[in-house]
Amino acid sequence: MKTNTTSKNAIITIKDLHKSFGSNVVLDGFDLELYEGENLVVMGKSGSGKSVMIKCVIGLEQPDSGSILVMNQEINNLEREDLDELRTEIGFLFQGSALYDSMSVRENLEFPLRRHTKKFGIIEDTTPLVMEALESVGLADAIDLMPNELSGGMKRRIALARTLILKPKIILYDEPTTGLDPITSKEIVLLMNSVQKKYNTSSIIITHDVDCAKVIANRMILLIDGVNYIEGTFSELSSSSDPKVQAFFK
Amino acid sequence: MKKYFNNLTEALQNFLIEVGELSYFAGRFFKEFWKPPYEFKEFLRQCFYIGNRSLLLVSVTGFIIGAVFTLQSRPTLQEFGAVSWMASMVSVSIIREIGPIITALICAGRIGSGIGAELGSMKVTEQIDAMEVSGTNPFKYLVITRILATTLMLPLLVIVGDLIAIYGSFLVENIKGNVSFTLYFNQVFNILEFSDIVPATIKTFFFGFAIGLVGCFKGYNCTKGTSGVGKAANAAVVYTSMLLFIIDFVAVFVTNIFYDI
Repeated sequence: MKTNTTSKNAIITIKDLHKSFGSNVVLDGFDLELYEGENLVVMGKSGSGKSVMIKCVIGLEQPDSGSILVMNQEINNLEREDLDELRTEIGFLFQGSALYDSMSVRENLEFPLRRHTKKFGIIEDTTPLVMEALESVGLADAIDLMPNELSGGMKRRIALARTLILKPKIILYDEPTTGLDPITSKEIVLLMNSVQKKYNTSSIIITHDVDCAKVIANRMILLIDGVNYIEGTFSELSSSSDPKVQAFFK
Repeated sequence: MKKYFNNLTEALQNFLIEVGELSYFAGRFFKEFWKPPYEFKEFLRQCFYIGNRSLLLVSVTGFIIGAVFTLQSRPTLQEFGAVSWMASMVSVSIIREIGPIITALICAGRIGSGIGAELGSMKVTEQIDAMEVSGTNPFKYLVITRILATTLMLPLLVIVGDLIAIYGSFLVENIKGNVSFTLYFNQVFNILEFSDIVPATIKTFFFGFAIGLVGCFKGYNCTKGTSGVGKAANAAVVYTSMLLFIIDFVAVFVTNIFYDI
């Protein structure tokens, strides 16, 4: 099942992606297209290769074969400097937030900002940009706290603020609600939605959380046996009679 | 017997793989060291952190070693009527060998394990990946700065440790033998030569490099969750200590060729 989205511009195109770890084949010809301004949810069982797939997109993992075009640039052919420059256009929200624990919230947000003088120039006073990002996630008061003083939900929000500060065009979310209580999960999902509207980002969201997918997905892909098994809207997939698909929505 | 042989072969194989990976890591350091951007601020921060963190420990240990060494040697020298040689003997021993190796071993435990644990925990909590995706080269930011800082700070710590050890020795001599400060340090500076100080100082740069390199290598390549962090910190100390003795052996051997001491 394919949704008709061919008229839109693809900002990420993955073709025939293969990745194995020893004898364990994780991705076996995976295809994906992410269109401008959409939220694409990728669901799959644990260990099915969802996280590996988005790590290939950002260049953290090297695929065995296949093509990954991000904003018309082939990731696998980029030199280190070009890849770093492209990465300023891609935000990545890690499952465990990955805040630098030796730095305060302010320093966490300033870190990427101070290192990309090509994109932003040399910024004397970073406070307004830091505050803007923190206000976007509703945590302006946390600016001087250290990561160990934050709750799980707050850490996730700060990590999102850190990705937003570079004003990326694409955000990759790796299980953004995992490990959070239902109320905080809901808040994070609503925040992701509001961020998408405010910054007009395109997002790939890796999740197991059906409630999260229901709220946020413009389109969904199920990754089964290393391939794009089925694609469609939430209602299309949730009403599918295929037992493999139904297993995700029960 | 066959099982024992297989285990031995496997251990040797793992050791050689580890040596190969460490050499590759060192090669990467020299390859990326020259390339901009230069993380000067982080380098200075690490210098301060590494120096400051170990200064007290190195000073206290240096003082105790100097004092104990003098106390232990005194009866033997007295037997031969050679107590007047105490300052010369202590200063040469400390400057040439005891000061550098003891300070390096202390720093391997303090700094090497700290770096291994810090980078290891950053690795398992994906902070290194986060740095990478934010467009920063974590190898330059985390590894190169730390290796450079340990390489430059260890010689300074050794100098401080040596001076305090000699001062500790003087205090014992002053109390036990009523030797004056001027007399003691005159003897120290009379006996010490270029060939004592320079090779001993040069080898401390290699000691510092080894501490930073192994600590960063074990931490940067840490896997298997939180238990991996502990193993990385532990392995950093064990491997560095071994490497320090090997470097020391080579350094003494090379010094002997050039200075015939």
